[in-house]
Amino acid sequence: MYGKGILKGLSVTWKRFWDTYLDDISWWVRGKKRYYTTEGVAHRSSKDARGIFTVQYPEEQLIQPEEFRFVPFLVFDGNEENKEVRCTSCGICAKVCPPQCIWIVRTNDPNTGKPVPQPAEFYVDMDICMNCGFCAEYCPFDAIKMDHEFAIASYDRNVYNLEKLLKPASYYAEIRPLNYNKEEEARKAKEAAKAAKAAAATQAA
Amino acid sequence: MTAPASTQTVDLVARFPDSVTADTRPGFSGFIVKKENLVEVATAIRDEFGFDLLSSVTGVDYLAENMMEVVYHVHRTTGGPGLVFKTQVERVDPVEVPSLYSVWVGADFQEREAWDLLGIKFTGHPDLRRILMWEGFEGHPLRKDYKEGFFEEETKPFKSRWPDGHHNYVEFKNPYRDNLIFPEGFDPDNYTPKNEDDLYFSLERSSMKKAEGDLNTDHIVVNMGPHHPSTHGVLRVAVELNGETITSLKPVMGYLHRNHEKIGERNTYLQIMPYTDRLDYFNSMANNFGYAIAVEKLMNIPVAERAEYIRVIMAELSRIQNHFIFIGMLINDLGSMYTPSLYAFEERELILDIFEAVSGARMMCNYFRFGGVVRDIPADVLQKIKDLVFDRLPAKIDEMERFLNENEVLVGRLKGVHVLNAEEAIRHSVTGPVLRAAGVPYDLRRADPYSVYDRFDFDVAVRHNGDMYDNYLIRFDEMRQSLRILEQALKQIPEGPINSQKPQYQVRVPAGESYGRIESPKGELAYYLVSNGKPNPYRYHVRAPSFINLTAVETMCKGVKIADFVALLAMFDIVMGEVDR
Repeated sequence: MYGKGILKGLSVTWKRFWDTYLDDISWWVRGKKRYYTTEGVAHRSSKDARGIFTVQYPEEQLIQPEEFRFVPFLVFDGNEENKEVRCTSCGICAKVCPPQCIWIVRTNDPNTGKPVPQPAEFYVDMDICMNCGFCAEYCPFDAIKMDHEFAIASYDRNVYNLEKLLKPASYYAEIRPLNYNKEEEARKAKEAAKAAKAAAATQAA
Repeated sequence: MTAPASTQTVDLVARFPDSVTADTRPGFSGFIVKKENLVEVATAIRDEFGFDLLSSVTGVDYLAENMMEVVYHVHRTTGGPGLVFKTQVERVDPVEVPSLYSVWVGADFQEREAWDLLGIKFTGHPDLRRILMWEGFEGHPLRKDYKEGFFEEETKPFKSRWPDGHHNYVEFKNPYRDNLIFPEGFDPDNYTPKNEDDLYFSLERSSMKKAEGDLNTDHIVVNMGPHHPSTHGVLRVAVELNGETITSLKPVMGYLHRNHEKIGERNTYLQIMPYTDRLDYFNSMANNFGYAIAVEKLMNIPVAERAEYIRVIMAELSRIQNHFIFIGMLINDLGSMYTPSLYAFEERELILDIFEAVSGARMMCNYFRFGGVVRDIPADVLQKIKDLVFDRLPAKIDEMERFLNENEVLVGRLKGVHVLNAEEAIRHSVTGPVLRAAGVPYDLRRADPYSVYDRFDFDVAVRHNGDMYDNYLIRFDEMRQSLRILEQALKQIPEGPINSQKPQYQVRVPAGESYGRIESPKGELAYYLVSNGKPNPYRYHVRAPSFINLTAVETMCKGVKIADFVALLAMFDIVMGEVDR
């Protein structure tokens, strides 16, 4: 029969159309909100999603997984008044960066001229950054991490300096809780091992 | 009974004692052919030894040795390892090498590329024009003594970044771009570009005008693109038409050219990884895979067992989402906007969610490292992959088939429109689904298994009519086979480390060459690497399937109606990021 294929195809779209409303009704019956809630968005990006699939950006936003990466930021411990910058300006991030968008000025001791483990200036050219995540991956001090904030469009060029790059460790713990906990545990274990070694050394002496 | 062709050892030196020597440089393999005998030896390689598929042609500029080398990789469509042969010429302008166009037509675009980027003149090539750079461009950018605009240093990392890295913009430092080369006597004020003439002459040369009846009708030249919505990006096609029928056709590309290979040669080995994402931006997982294999071959390191499975899972998920897009975009090209393509995008979204959760980015994954992958798949994501593979995707593929397969308009447009037959496809070095739809069961996962593909039970999807409808249906077959692989991989995946190496940002790569190839969703994706033991590759070449498949577009489209051309082009599933590189 000519036209059978088209009717068959239309049945698929027709089913999809009704699925949206059937799902709406079933959510309504269960007393849950399907739209503008995290639960609703999560459902629409799960394997059970039926019917409508789209998300009403910006009122609704897709849930970002922990590993989502955009541009890098620098982590500091302590508080806003007394920032303990984790970065030691070792330069690994600048060396590994594929588009070479990281610029670091190392601090030198004014008296001896020897390098001090602290960055004097730190720039990331966000217009060049290709969001690869190498800097965060290879940083030995967990000092540079990838941000979740992606809406950074501006009328100007985006060269971030040290001030703009620094974000507190609490922010890092908030966006990447699993990674943060893992790193903190590793750090504590390392410190405990160091303390045990020091204790053993003093005992031996 | 004679041994099957794929197990015979190839001894070219015994066959041609006068003109062939073995390549004995440490880390290198294959044969070096004298350039005078190149065509003769190549013909024997094709006819006597059965290497019917020319995989890759590229050049290497050995500046210190004052030598140019052309490297040919050939394979058998019946499977088995490939054969490498090279020819070496002195590096004096013009560097001349006989063209192998007469032996493998697939050399067409690749020789043009080598001429364009390396300045190797292939004598006997019927249409040796620039292909990626524009006509009138001065210099050959892949030569080792060429310096691009805004050149800073030979290799990365640049010294200006650390420890005294005061930020400045490169264009402020170099406002006149004074390292660009201009032709002698070039005067920008009185310059009128003539670069289109060659294109139209070549269009004229290959036209079928004479073959058509007595009535002398006018032929018109139409330029489709570079902004035509159906050319999948910025591809331009110059078409000569007789009424509605195509009499001659030349693709013009390079609008997205960024000299990926030169960037690669400036980068360290690791730094290339995120750049490969940008080749075929729908399948960054597959691109990473091929590059990782090429470097691992050079470094001679094993891959962690669990990582092998993760790699296969990612590559196959990537194939499924690529084919979903292909189907959506094909229907889009046929004139049915939005509904089918958006249905296809739904499944793709779910797969991209997985990529995002494991790698951090939906498209630019940058997930593979030498010896393994970056991070393990979290338990909840693994569950999500299982849900998709076992529950959702099989039903959705069925639904897509129910939705479209019998649609009268679609069948009417696709059925019986000839794409390529097996012989044409092999001659033009076409690989991937188009080759398999023409009846050649050539799939690298079977023909030359890499990674752990030899452990899975699956069939090579193949169809035999070689028309557009077969080309369309074979994507469904491939998705089903990918699901089979995924089901087995998800059941077999072992626990363990995800990288056999310590994470390091500067890898040691011994001198030598390697050719890593995989079956990407679009065809054979291969990377040719030459290392001289330094932290940066000496030569980095990408055998891009989209680019080489386009070689056949002229043969394929002659004599068809212009309306079908759009659909025929869609069959190759080209991505301009990979074509132009």
